[in-house]
Amino acid sequence: MTQDECKKLVLDIIADIAPDEDLSNVKPDVRLRDQLQLDSMDFLDIVMELRKRHGIEVPESEYMKLASLDSSAEYLVPKFAALGK
Amino acid sequence: MPLTLPRIVITGVGLTAPNGNNLTEFRNNLLTGVAGIEPVEVRYMGKLIAGLCHFDPLKYQKKKELRVGTRAGSISIYCAREAVADSGVAWDSFDKNRVGVYIGCTEHGNVETENEIYALSQYNYDTKYWSHYHNPRSVANNPAGETTLNLGITGPAYTLGAACAAGNLGIIHAAQMLRLGEVDLAICGGVSESPGTFGIFAAFKSQGALASHENPHKASRPFDKARNGIVISEGGCLYTLERLDDALARGAKIYGEIAGYHVNSDATDYVLPYPPRQSECIRKAIAHAGMTPRDIHIVNTHATSTPMGDVQECEAVRTIFGPDCTDTYVNNTKSFIGHCMGAAGALELAGNLPSFTDRIVHPTINVDELDPKCELAGLVINQPKAVAKVDTILNNSFGMLGINSTLIVKRFAA
Repeated sequence: MTQDECKKLVLDIIADIAPDEDLSNVKPDVRLRDQLQLDSMDFLDIVMELRKRHGIEVPESEYMKLASLDSSAEYLVPKFAALGK
Repeated sequence: MPLTLPRIVITGVGLTAPNGNNLTEFRNNLLTGVAGIEPVEVRYMGKLIAGLCHFDPLKYQKKKELRVGTRAGSISIYCAREAVADSGVAWDSFDKNRVGVYIGCTEHGNVETENEIYALSQYNYDTKYWSHYHNPRSVANNPAGETTLNLGITGPAYTLGAACAAGNLGIIHAAQMLRLGEVDLAICGGVSESPGTFGIFAAFKSQGALASHENPHKASRPFDKARNGIVISEGGCLYTLERLDDALARGAKIYGEIAGYHVNSDATDYVLPYPPRQSECIRKAIAHAGMTPRDIHIVNTHATSTPMGDVQECEAVRTIFGPDCTDTYVNNTKSFIGHCMGAAGALELAGNLPSFTDRIVHPTINVDELDPKCELAGLVINQPKAVAKVDTILNNSFGMLGINSTLIVKRFAA
């Protein structure tokens, strides 16, 4: 899994969670909550979808790693690698 | 010195029924015999029939609201927004802190819990897969709460659990809150999302009370000899209610005036109705309205198309409306839309409100052969009836655990 593949995967999840949002101009280095209407329940949805779709567990203490697309990819790529993906 | 309570009037209607998504469409279909029942696939039970609504939920909600919220919330929002628009109230400048939301429902949480448990079964019942939305989705006030979120209402908002009497209870409670001065505008009535839960279908089937018919539109057939049970339906009807002085001050159109009501309990059985208490409820509502049975022009029955329940309500109605009630007509709406549960009382009232102006009594349909035990003087079957006058509508709704409600609305005269 590359960094870009991982960012796309996260955006796919966000597309389902926030279906009214225009995701075409999301800046990867800016906090997602500063660009999109995402609240804390939505972030829990991202965590849940990572678990359901990809078997990835994100402990509560590491939620801040999902703040932006860049930080999400940096955090998640090793986790995917550990699962052999 | 007796207390003089403010007069309460209906100034707006928003509804969705299996055969119509606004009052005009609904009323036209009631006058032209158009029912709205269809085949449905029910989890664990296969093909059954139900009344489903086909309003556009994206008319007033974003896609995210639909994903996060409930069907009952969606129905409530649609009906509330339609009612507020219909009322012509200056919504943008209205003090939202003075708006109350009072929504009757038979149950809430079943749909959400069944869906969540089914989803969990796909993950071997590991509860870390349980949705964090479950609590706000399943709390009993969910439909009212979602309405406040969508409309920006900061006044009191909650549901009233009153089984199949809930639609009337929403309106009655709203009238009481307006009279107490708790709010200045009440959005009230009832909603149902019941076809979303297999449990309700299964329970009625276990009771031997679930309707079946090769033609879904004919399955709900109160008073017909071949009736065999209830058709479960979703729906919603919310009204804007105001104190008369406020309605007149802003030049509101007035659909009708709350004339009287009563609510009581059978205290006899979990499920079976008790005619003497139903009669008592009807009598006391009429007395509360300062009327006599002769003054009632339309009796909209609760009758759900069960072999026993229909007979019992007819017994109750017959003891009150005697041969001197020559201007009293009787109908039923469930033959068109099935049993809309928490929405039933509110929807069934709406279907009759236009009678104040067009003086037509809509029929109950699907009566191919009238059960002799359900014969009632003034029963309007299969075809609408033009009558000399309609000044009063009496609306019965009875529910499980023996709750009875009767609401009387009269044609507004200054």
